[in-house]
Amino acid sequence: MRKEAFFEIIRTLVAILVALLLAFILVLSVSKEPWKALSSFLTGPLSTPRHFGNVVEMTIPLMFTSLAVCVMFQAKQFNLGTTGSFFIGAVAATIVAINIKLPIIIHPAAAILFGGIAGSLVGTIPAILKSRWNASELVSSLMLNYIMLFLGLFIINFYLRDVNAGAMVSYKLEQASLLPKLIPKTRIHFGLILALLMVAITYLFLYRTKWGYALRITGQNIKFAEYSGINTLAVILYSQIIGGFIAGIGGATELLGMYTRFQWQSLPGYGWDGVIVAILARNNPLYVPIAAFFLAYLRIGADIMSRMTDVQSEVVTVIQGIMIMLIAAERFLSVWRHRMIVKGAKQSISIEGESVNG
Amino acid sequence: MDNLIAVIFTTTFGYAVLRVTTPILFAALGALISDKAGVINIALEGMMLTAALVGVIISAYTGSALLGLIAAITAGTLMGLILAYFSLNLKTNIILAGIAMNLMASGGTIFVLFLAANDKGMSSSLNSKVLPTVQIPIFNNIPVIGPIFSGHNILTYVSILAVIAVYILLYKTPLGLRIRAVGENDHAADSVGISVIKVRYIALALSGTLAGLGGAYMSMGYVSWFSTNMTAGRGFIAMAAEAMGMATPLGTFLTSLLFGFADALSNSLQSLRVPAEFVQMIPYVATILGLIIYATRNTSKINKARREQKA
Repeated sequence: MRKEAFFEIIRTLVAILVALLLAFILVLSVSKEPWKALSSFLTGPLSTPRHFGNVVEMTIPLMFTSLAVCVMFQAKQFNLGTTGSFFIGAVAATIVAINIKLPIIIHPAAAILFGGIAGSLVGTIPAILKSRWNASELVSSLMLNYIMLFLGLFIINFYLRDVNAGAMVSYKLEQASLLPKLIPKTRIHFGLILALLMVAITYLFLYRTKWGYALRITGQNIKFAEYSGINTLAVILYSQIIGGFIAGIGGATELLGMYTRFQWQSLPGYGWDGVIVAILARNNPLYVPIAAFFLAYLRIGADIMSRMTDVQSEVVTVIQGIMIMLIAAERFLSVWRHRMIVKGAKQSISIEGESVNG
Repeated sequence: MDNLIAVIFTTTFGYAVLRVTTPILFAALGALISDKAGVINIALEGMMLTAALVGVIISAYTGSALLGLIAAITAGTLMGLILAYFSLNLKTNIILAGIAMNLMASGGTIFVLFLAANDKGMSSSLNSKVLPTVQIPIFNNIPVIGPIFSGHNILTYVSILAVIAVYILLYKTPLGLRIRAVGENDHAADSVGISVIKVRYIALALSGTLAGLGGAYMSMGYVSWFSTNMTAGRGFIAMAAEAMGMATPLGTFLTSLLFGFADALSNSLQSLRVPAEFVQMIPYVATILGLIIYATRNTSKINKARREQKA
């Protein structure tokens, strides 16, 4: 078992290396100043505290959305509505943060909770369609993302828009509702602690509770789960509701931590990024912080590179794509794995044989 | 309400429905072929987007719309083959592989667009070509029907012919029989000597070809340029259209028309006093409603069959 885990780590690292190598070749072939581009890509995030702060700031929403994806993918529910839940969670938090006056601590808590509930409602719709009528959660959740975008924009533009602000943004959020900053000179906010807390809670839920166990078994083999008496319909429901809830909290936290007004006019891509991080982390919440940090590092590095040199930041999407493809590929490096298993088996046979003979 | 009726019952609206249905129909047929072979192609969106960009760039550099079209189709087919290689040979979960391809396409097209046109938003600096429109002789003089059905881009007619072609392929050819057999039960197909992997390779490649046609239409017919993420979820809508069309060519055609109708409605309603956000929501809400209707019918059929079995 230990060897298998070790093999998975090696495989992930090789996939990352291959992806980076291809990206480097891409940079070398399009850039007039490739070495400057590469060095700003790789070391840019470490160059100033502000840049490193940017990495940590981006890690926060990535952790939330990828935890949401972890829960749903562990149950083999391909609900891709994390993007919509995240967005509507932020909208819901905006409503609370503008319209209600509450003391500090309670105000952000209420806004985040409300965001989580709004997000879980988005997760509920594909879940009900799936469990009642077996409608593909994949398609319905993708459509819901767009519906949530327009619903959210409607709420912001018609009820909460500040006409004096010049741009399409909401009124200012109440000062008491904003999350405090943790580290001076950066925008790293209290959401980091919330996110890490969420990592622990999600891990405990998935691996230390009955519900989590039922969820994982259903994901591994739904027929086996049914035969052993697990209510798989309930799993289909609660896995997506919980996923939506976590993503909604993420959206609310991102809004209250990073912004003073609601200002998104399109869907922020954190839901899709959540899928990338979850795949890197093998759907295990414990690895989510590392994987989220890694992706955020790549993103900020690419941003810095595109500002300093002639290479566009979108090069990072190529890295992401190749990483996902290779890591999710069961057969990638499988020859090596096969050899390892055979060797292990032969060893144990010879040991058994000796003990029998002796 | 009177306004609404005035908008719908015009020949321009009928024309617009066919115009916006075309890309959805191509992609939905692509979804149909792969679905029949038992593989989910969620990368249709990325394939269309890539093909749209390739068509613009190649037609701008060669000065030929035809070469642009061929390049776009080739790009779509190649992506289908790549998806097949990863899912069938390397055993990547096909949904994850599809997501990866979509992500790469959305960022990769911006990257390439910047290299080719020095702009991250639109390809307007490229002098790309447009595929011709066709006036159907005699037909275009008939009132009402003429203005609705004549004068479309050539690919709109190709898309309708493609419905027939896909029907013939799936139900009247040996390859179609194999595709359906593999989708129905791959172990059974394997046991009678059909190469499951080969059939699925072909299905995914054809799926990509159709998505490529849809992408070419987007940037060389629907409009005459490429803009970032211009497919705007049409690949996903197409998957819903295919599911709701009960995985048949005719059903897929009709549901694609329905989504085209919703799309055209949202375009024309923008002149009325309805909040734009709700109007833009229409195609997506229609998709979900359609999915529910399809799914309820399906489950009630299964339940009925179960009851009959018991009785």
